[in-house]
Amino acid sequence: MVTHESGGHHHPPSGFIRKYIFSLDHKVIGIQYYFLALFSVFVGMALSMLMRIHLVWPNAKMPFTPGGQMTPEQYLALVTMHGSIMVFMVLTTAPQSGFGNYMLPIQIGAEDMAFPVLNMLSFWTTFLSLVVLVSAFFVTGGAPISGWTAYPPLSALGEIAGPGQGTGQNLWIIGVAIFCIGSLLGALNFITTTVDLRAKGMTLGRMPLTVWAWLVTAILGLLAFGVLLAACLLLLLDRVAGTSFFIPGGLVVTDTPIVSHTGGSPLLWQHLFWFFGHPEVYIAILPGMGVASHVLSTFSRKPVFGYKAMVGALGAIGFLGFCVWGHHMFISGMSPYSAFAFSLLTMTIGVPSAIKTFNWLGTLWGGKIQFTTAMMFGLGFVSLFVTGGLSGLFLAQPSIDLYLHDTYFVVAHFHLIMGVAAIFGIFAATYFWFPKMFGRMLNEPIGKAHFWLTFIGVYSIFMPMHFLGLAGHPRRYADTTGVNFLAPLHPVHYFITIAAMITITAQLIFLFNFFYSMKAGQKATENPWNATTLEWSIPSPPPFDNFAGHVPVVYRGPYEFSVPGASEDYIPQYLAPERVGKAH
Amino acid sequence: MPGTITDELEIIDAGRGGGTDVPAGGEDDGDGSGGESRGMPQRAYFTVIQLAMAGIVMFFMALTSSFLVRKGLANDWVSFNFPRILWLNTLILLASSLTIQIARRHLRGHQRAAFKRWWSLTTGLGVLFLAGQLIAWRQLAHEGVFLVTNPSSSFFYVLTAAHGLHLLGGILALLYVSRRNWQRARISQATATDVTSIYWHCMDGLWVFLFALLYLGR
Repeated sequence: MVTHESGGHHHPPSGFIRKYIFSLDHKVIGIQYYFLALFSVFVGMALSMLMRIHLVWPNAKMPFTPGGQMTPEQYLALVTMHGSIMVFMVLTTAPQSGFGNYMLPIQIGAEDMAFPVLNMLSFWTTFLSLVVLVSAFFVTGGAPISGWTAYPPLSALGEIAGPGQGTGQNLWIIGVAIFCIGSLLGALNFITTTVDLRAKGMTLGRMPLTVWAWLVTAILGLLAFGVLLAACLLLLLDRVAGTSFFIPGGLVVTDTPIVSHTGGSPLLWQHLFWFFGHPEVYIAILPGMGVASHVLSTFSRKPVFGYKAMVGALGAIGFLGFCVWGHHMFISGMSPYSAFAFSLLTMTIGVPSAIKTFNWLGTLWGGKIQFTTAMMFGLGFVSLFVTGGLSGLFLAQPSIDLYLHDTYFVVAHFHLIMGVAAIFGIFAATYFWFPKMFGRMLNEPIGKAHFWLTFIGVYSIFMPMHFLGLAGHPRRYADTTGVNFLAPLHPVHYFITIAAMITITAQLIFLFNFFYSMKAGQKATENPWNATTLEWSIPSPPPFDNFAGHVPVVYRGPYEFSVPGASEDYIPQYLAPERVGKAH
Repeated sequence: MPGTITDELEIIDAGRGGGTDVPAGGEDDGDGSGGESRGMPQRAYFTVIQLAMAGIVMFFMALTSSFLVRKGLANDWVSFNFPRILWLNTLILLASSLTIQIARRHLRGHQRAAFKRWWSLTTGLGVLFLAGQLIAWRQLAHEGVFLVTNPSSSFFYVLTAAHGLHLLGGILALLYVSRRNWQRARISQATATDVTSIYWHCMDGLWVFLFALLYLGR
C-alpha cells in the first residue's frame, strides 16, 4: 500500500471559531454532540426530579411554577419535555452522533467523515432543534402536555386543549422536525463513510462491532426519521392551517364543539409515529450493544463470541424493528388479528436479542476479566438489557398489555431497556474512550463509586415501578392524593424518589471526574487498555487528520485477544504479520 | 441500478481524463476516483445520492400511506377538478429527463458548448415545471379549492409542495453544476453531472408516481 501525504481534504483550521465552533473535524463535532447530550441529560434529570418530588410531596413549593404549586398540566409538561429531551437529545445523540462521529472514521481508518460540511450542518441543525424544543418552556402557556408521542387530537387542537398546546406544542413539532432533518443528514454521512472510506484491509468482516452497530443504527435513522418528518408536517398543518389529517369530527373540548375539523384519524398519527418510534428505540440501544461487545471482549481478553452471529443479530433486530410498531397500539382498538401478528413479530425479536446476550456471556466465559469502570458499565448494560427485555416479553402479549399499558409497568420497562441501558452504554463508551478523546485517564476509583451508586440506584428506581404497574397504578398521574386504591403504594413512590435523588446526585461525581480528569487526570498512553482496533494506533488525543497523513492498513479481525502462540495477549488490527510475535 | 451508475462513472471519468488516470494526490485535489487516493473517492457521491433517495422515498411513502388511509377511513373525501395543466407539466418534466441525458452525452463527447446548452435547457424546463405547478395552484384557488377545503385538496397541496421543494433542490444542483469552478472542487464535474442527473430522474419518477396517485385517488 502506498503511503503518501493526504490530499483532497480540508486542512487544520487556525481560528477559534473554525476550530471549535463551526468545525469540520469529525472529532470536534463528536465532542460537540457529546456536550449537547451532556447538557440535555442534566436538564432531563432535573425535570424528572421535579416530577418525583411532586409525586411524593404534592404540596411542596416548586421553582418555576407561578404561586409555587405545580399544577397537573405543569406535571404533564414536565413528562413531555423530559421524554422528548431524553429520547431525542440524549439517547439518539450521544451514542450515535457523539461517539459514532468521533470513533467511526478512526476505527475504519478514514481521516474524516465522507462529507465534513454536511457533518457540521447535522450538528448545528440538531443544536437548533434543541434550542427550539427547550424554548417551549419560555413561551405563553409553557411547554406542551401531550407527551413525547404527541398523540392527536390533544396535540392537534391548539390552545383550547390546554396550557402549552398553543405556541409550546408548535415549537415542539418544529423542533422535532428540525431534529429529523439533522438526523437524516447524519445518517447519510455515517453510511457513506462506512461503505466508501474504509482503509485497505478493513473488510466488512473485520469491522469492529461498534462500527456495525453505528451502521445499522444509521440505516434505521435514514428510513425512520423521514416518516416522523412527514407526520410532523401533517400535524403542524392541522394546527396552523386548519387541515383535518388527524382531527376527527364531532369533538367537544371543555363544552366547546370543534366544528372546523372533520374526518381526521388520530390513529393515523399513531401508525406514523410508531413506525418511526419503534426503530427509534433501537437507534438508542444498538450503539450501546456495539460498545458492550467491544468493551466486554477487550476486558475479558477474549475474542467476541460468535462475531458473525453478533452482526447478524444486529441486522435482524434492525429489520424486525420496522415490523413491530403496532405493539405500541394494542389498546387502540386494533383488530385482534393485527395484534396477534404484531405480537408474534415482537416476540421474534427475543431471538436475536437472546443471541446477543448469550454471546456476551460466551465472551465473558473463561476470560481473564479486568474490572475496569468501562467493563463494569458494559456488564451493567448487559444486566439492564436483560432485565428490561424480559418485561418486554410480558408487554408483547396483547392480553397482558391491555392491563399494563397505561401503568407504571411500561414506565419501568422502557426506562430500563431504552433509557438506562443505553445510558450505561454511553458510560461504558465514555470510560473506555475518554483517554483517546482527551489524552488523560478518568479516575478509576471515582469511576467505580459512580458505577455502583448508579447501578444500584437505577434498579432501585425502576424495579419497584414494575410492582406499581402490576398493582394497577396509572402512569402520567400528577397526584394520587385521594385515590384510595393507590394510597398503599405511596411508600413505594417515596422509596423511588429517594433513590432518584441519590442516583442523580451520584451523577455529579461523574461530572466532577469528567472535568477534573480532563484537566488533571493521569496522562493517557497511546493504547492504555491494550486494545486492538485502529483508534489505539494513534496518539491520544489523535492529530487533526487522525493518522497524520499516513494510510493505515488492516491485517486481521478486530478482536484478536489471547491468540495461542502470540507473545502478548492481543494482536492489534494494524500490526503487520511480520511484526506479530515481537513486542508491540 | 448501482452497476449501471458505476459503469457510467467509469466511462465518463475515462472520457474526462482523456484516457489517462489522474495521479493520486495530484493537483486536482478532488479526484480520488481511483479508490486508492487518501482523498474522498468520487463513488461516495453516488452512494450518498442513492441513500438520500431512500430517505426521500420514505418521506413520500409516509405521505402516500397517509393519503390512502385518510381516504379510506372517512366519508368526507370530495374530489375536485384536476387541473389540466398538470398533464402539460408532467410532459415538461419528462422532457427534462430527456434533455439532461442529451447534455450528459455531450459532456462525455467533450462538446462543452452543447452540454451547457442542453443543461441550461433542462434547468429552464425545471423552472417551467415549477411555474406550471404554481399555475395549477392558482387555478384551484380560483375555483375555491384551498389547502383546508377537503382532505383531497389538502393532500394535493402538501404532496405537490413537498415535491416542488425537492425539485427546487434539483434546480439548485443544476445551477451549481453549470456555475461551479471545478479546479477548486472536491467533486469532479463528471460526478456532479451524474449525481445531479440521478437525482433529477428520481424526482421525475417520483412526480409520475405522485401524479398517478393524485389523479387516480382524487
